[in-house]
Amino acid sequence: MAAARVLRPGGCRRPLLLSSASFSSSSSSSAASGGGSAAERGEQPDSAGLGFRPPAHSHSDWIGPPDKHSNLRPIIFYVPPEESALERRLREARQEAQASNQRFWARHNRAFRQEKEEFIYSRLKAKGLEMRDESGQKATLNAEEMAEFYKDFLTKNFKKHLQYNRDWYKRNFRITFLMGQVALVRALRWLRRRKKSVEQ
Amino acid sequence: MSAARRCCLLRALAGFFVWRLRNTGIPQIPCRFVHLHRVANDRLITFQYFNFLKRMLQQLDQEKKVVYKISPVSPVHQSWSETSSRNELREVKSAAETEDSVIPVGGESREDRRWKEMKVQLDDLPGILARLSKIKLTALVVSTASAGFAMAPVPFELTCFLFTSLGTGLASCAANSINQFFEVPFDSNMNRTKNRPLVRGQISPLLAVCFAASCGIPGIALLTLGVNSLTGALGAFNIFLYTCCYTPLKRMSIANTWVGAVVGAIPPIMGWTAATGSLDAGALLLGGILYSWQFPHFNALSWGLREEYSRGGYCMMSVTHPGLCRRVALHHCFALIGLSTVAPVLDITTWTFPIISLPINLYISYLGFRFYRDADRSSSRKLFFCSLWHLPMLLLVMFTCKKSVLEKEDKGDLRGGSHEMALEIRLP
Repeated sequence: MAAARVLRPGGCRRPLLLSSASFSSSSSSSAASGGGSAAERGEQPDSAGLGFRPPAHSHSDWIGPPDKHSNLRPIIFYVPPEESALERRLREARQEAQASNQRFWARHNRAFRQEKEEFIYSRLKAKGLEMRDESGQKATLNAEEMAEFYKDFLTKNFKKHLQYNRDWYKRNFRITFLMGQVALVRALRWLRRRKKSVEQ
Repeated sequence: MSAARRCCLLRALAGFFVWRLRNTGIPQIPCRFVHLHRVANDRLITFQYFNFLKRMLQQLDQEKKVVYKISPVSPVHQSWSETSSRNELREVKSAAETEDSVIPVGGESREDRRWKEMKVQLDDLPGILARLSKIKLTALVVSTASAGFAMAPVPFELTCFLFTSLGTGLASCAANSINQFFEVPFDSNMNRTKNRPLVRGQISPLLAVCFAASCGIPGIALLTLGVNSLTGALGAFNIFLYTCCYTPLKRMSIANTWVGAVVGAIPPIMGWTAATGSLDAGALLLGGILYSWQFPHFNALSWGLREEYSRGGYCMMSVTHPGLCRRVALHHCFALIGLSTVAPVLDITTWTFPIISLPINLYISYLGFRFYRDADRSSSRKLFFCSLWHLPMLLLVMFTCKKSVLEKEDKGDLRGGSHEMALEIRLP
């Protein structure tokens, strides 16, 4: 299925979701089925539940609004009809990095929100207050009380962040290096073509 | 969020390569700049900067209100539905849009419009590169370097000054671009930095690195060949310190604040060495003043950004060691008084400088003490805003109290009898 899509003239869109772990929980189920049926129909596959399909004439990647959970912007990668092995490696590296980042930040932000809620709830409980006061306003803690939570959360996730930083730096360097190689190959190809057309 | 943004603004003001605050909404790079040489320009940029900062702080306030509004949770262990949970650090206006993105049917065209083609538009490129190089922060850095150049006790040379400013500016652009290249996912998660070019996909990482190389290499070459090798070496060292030490260290240890303060202190030293060719006590004093200033500035800013730092994984004193944060800010306010007194001892300024600068130094020390004692939002804001005008004013007073070279050469020749006359500009 994937091969058929790649070989189809005019290229295709490789949605991020299909080659990586779930992008967002609400779109994962529709992704696979949407992609499959699109290929069978011979159309460009939908952007896997992201709700957007780039125009057919466009030959570049498309970047979307920030994700609700991870705040990262999803990219729909363009797959050219004659994609070389190097270009494929680059695209896959970028997709993998994006998926990994998405997973990390979505989980991390969700954990932060949840633990913050729990902290506020437990503190309010200890003070003998409810989550909402008499006027119906949500009860909050002041900055100094929250500071304890922030310090705790940062210390707890320190090792996780160190690991993520290492991964991110490695991926970033690798992707940029591959981009450089691809750009160089394309530039040489263009120069060779120009030389040929000048000779003719 | 707003805190991060505010932090950014503050950082930009502080000096070269200061990227303290990342996560909170305020831009991490506070721009702190002091114009000494062209007073009119200084006032204009300071004024623009103040407006920019005010706007950011207003957004900070708005966001603060959003941050503490939590969605109701009855029992803690019940799982919450995806639709009800929101990222409270997002701006309120995007709330409606995020709901739309969960339901693909409605608002499709609006969602579609938010998707952008990742193709570089040549028309937009100058603006994109300006934002990539943090042009405002770079301008502030160049200002502090000019201040260092102006304070050096040598006759003023225009070409040398221009080379220094241009070289420092290019080096700063390079360092800022590399910093943004390293921090894409972190920037995405902070309000202040989420509209940066790499985060929005307006430019590819490869292009950012190429731009950084094409700014950094000519910049350092210009400083080394056009000015002197000491200044070039300092510039290269500062780029390295900022990109390879400060940026990764932000996520590893609170020591990043001290490294960042050194990064901010180096540009005036560069200005001085460009003028004199040597690293002497005057250069170190100017660097020391910038170094000490960074702490009340940054620590006050970071006080309001603790949530964003915590969520983003940034190791900052305000989160992990709040007492130390306030103590260090206060101590460095006192250090500014001390350094101002040392200036006439080193023959850089006349004795009127510590006397005239005492009121402003005492005022910032007083605000530093209030911040130390009260440890609340209002005292941190007061200290931060004071630091914004304190540095430009201090450097301006220093310049006007500069010991004239002519006077030093010929003590008997008193032009106008005034000891506070600024250095006469002698054209080559």
